[in-house]
Amino acid sequence: MNILVCIKQVPDMESRFKANGEGVWYEETDLAFRMNEYDEYAVEQAVKLKEQLGDAPEVTVLSIGPDRVVEAIKKALAMGCDRALHVRDPAVHLKDPWQIASIISGYARDKGFDLIFTGMQSQDRGSAQVGVTVAEQLGYACVTTLVGFSYADGAITARRELEGGVKGVVRMKTPALLTCQLGLNVPRYPTLPNIMKAKKKEIVTVPVADLLKEEPLAATTGFYPPAKKGGGIVLEGDVADMADRLVGILKDKTAVLR
Amino acid sequence: MKALLICEYREGKLLDSSYELLAFAGKLGADSAMVLIGDAVNVPRYGGTVYLADAAGYGEYNPDLHKQLVLAAVAQENPDYIVFQHSSYGWDLAPRVAAKLKVAQISEVIGINDDGFEVGCCNAKMRRTVKPAGAKAVLTVQAGAFSVQGEPQGTPNVEKLEIAGTGSVEFVGYEPAEAKGIDLGKAEVIVSAGRGVGKKDNVPVIAALAKALGGELGASRPVVDAGWVEHSHQVGTTGQTVSPKLYVACGISGAIQHLAGMKKSDFVVAINKDKDAPIGDVADVLIVADVMQFVPALTAKLQK
Ligand SMILES: Cc1cc2nc3c(=O)[nH]c(=O)nc-3n(C[C@H](O)[C@H](O)[C@H](O)COP(=O)(O)OP(=O)(O)OC[C@H]3O[C@@H](n4cnc5c(N)ncnc54)[C@H](O)[C@@H]3O)c2cc1C
Repeated sequence: MNILVCIKQVPDMESRFKANGEGVWYEETDLAFRMNEYDEYAVEQAVKLKEQLGDAPEVTVLSIGPDRVVEAIKKALAMGCDRALHVRDPAVHLKDPWQIASIISGYARDKGFDLIFTGMQSQDRGSAQVGVTVAEQLGYACVTTLVGFSYADGAITARRELEGGVKGVVRMKTPALLTCQLGLNVPRYPTLPNIMKAKKKEIVTVPVADLLKEEPLAATTGFYPPAKKGGGIVLEGDVADMADRLVGILKDKTAVLR
Repeated sequence: MKALLICEYREGKLLDSSYELLAFAGKLGADSAMVLIGDAVNVPRYGGTVYLADAAGYGEYNPDLHKQLVLAAVAQENPDYIVFQHSSYGWDLAPRVAAKLKVAQISEVIGINDDGFEVGCCNAKMRRTVKPAGAKAVLTVQAGAFSVQGEPQGTPNVEKLEIAGTGSVEFVGYEPAEAKGIDLGKAEVIVSAGRGVGKKDNVPVIAALAKALGGELGASRPVVDAGWVEHSHQVGTTGQTVSPKLYVACGISGAIQHLAGMKKSDFVVAINKDKDAPIGDVADVLIVADVMQFVPALTAKLQK
């Protein structure tokens, strides 16, 4: 079995964002980057399946982006992926989801992957399109918002999350692509020995131009903070003091405290 | 301008939220037609064309077949925009349709401006405007972003949609939501723990505040996924929808899926060390502080 996991590196969402010079994405200086949360579940699921099948599958992790994304790739290798492809693209933020998907399917088309795992969306762009589009481009069966997965004899039973806690249960054969949702599993922390082992694993780098053959279908024309609604009271400073003031406000404005 | 609206149908019912698509078409100033993969009994009141496919034959969730049905309606209607809700149905199907048509897909539209469509990004902290390169585009719109202006009127002109084929994904069935646990729907006060509380051992501190206020403990999704709190306490799209008199969000960023569950609360207090956290937008009072310092101080005051 041959498995591909696609990961993205994103900024820590607790960061303060401001527009870059082009005004179409965030300024990267001062941001701390990490693996997209949804993708951690994808990596974990691939590694789990590898363990289930007695280590026979080969798990390739792929990430598109500038040199910094190698950090996320190394984490995936330390979690148990076998090898990596870094599609080097310093201007990845200017690609639309169609192009990102085309880069991935351009790579995957002749590799015979039985399963492809991606996150259901990225935390920064949040388009929730890349995985599904890759599946469409490759003609793979596809399930989004995966919260349960089992595999036996080439058949997958998957649970996908719908609204209000309802799940939909589906079955399909490989080749298939699954986009992973929060809570699918518990992503492991790489252990020190595994981090050391990962250092020996191969990371192949290819320039994005080798794989990208598509023009964008959409462009970002602006990047800005939401208009502040305002009106709310903001309290800062001494904790005891704020607690006093809040009790006063709650007594005044709500029927909860008497 | 023409918009083709893809309605949602589940377990014998048209979802009310489908009408939000009409509100969106109104905002676009577009003429609309609908696609409904449902049954003829549940065709909504509506003054335009409804392309109707029988859910009994095609299945409520069969992405390959639904894609082909939508494409068949697109071929007849030739719309400028094909509009879905950004829901488990919409985000699954929209990219499939867009890929086949090779047109832009823009996800989670919350507004329309001169340069294109406005969408959220960076976990709701920022916005982008996105513009399709070609004339046609597939859009998903965020739930609640375009509010319904009363029920539509009229009797639709129903056109049958039929396609032949099978899908690669077989639908087995629905699993209902877990029924056990607590019902937050009736709680007057909810104090919710978010990832900002840091670890499972800190959850009792939040629960103590809930108790001091005579309320219940709620939680955001990562706290539930991590097993710190049981699922029945989760507030949000995939948890419970609540409308207490007082909602206290402790270390919760205010992602759209969380807000969807709690924005009907009468009074919202947020405790967050990040002054820019999107929860600040819905909070009546934002306390900028470390939740583990502030919450015990507040609880102590209340217990006096
Ligand atoms: C399809 C789908 C459905 C979803 N359904 C739900 C749902 O039902 N409910 C739900 O909640 N989410 C849901 N989510 C997840 C949602 O998108 C967010 O990931 C989630 O709400 C974030 O939870 P959080 O605010 O607790 O954590 P984070 O986003 O990580 O935010 C933590 C916050 O705590 C603050 N903080 C950190 N440390 C401290 C400290 N010491 N003191 C004070 N503040 C601190 C940070 O500034 C930050 O604002 C869903 C996502 C998807 C894609």
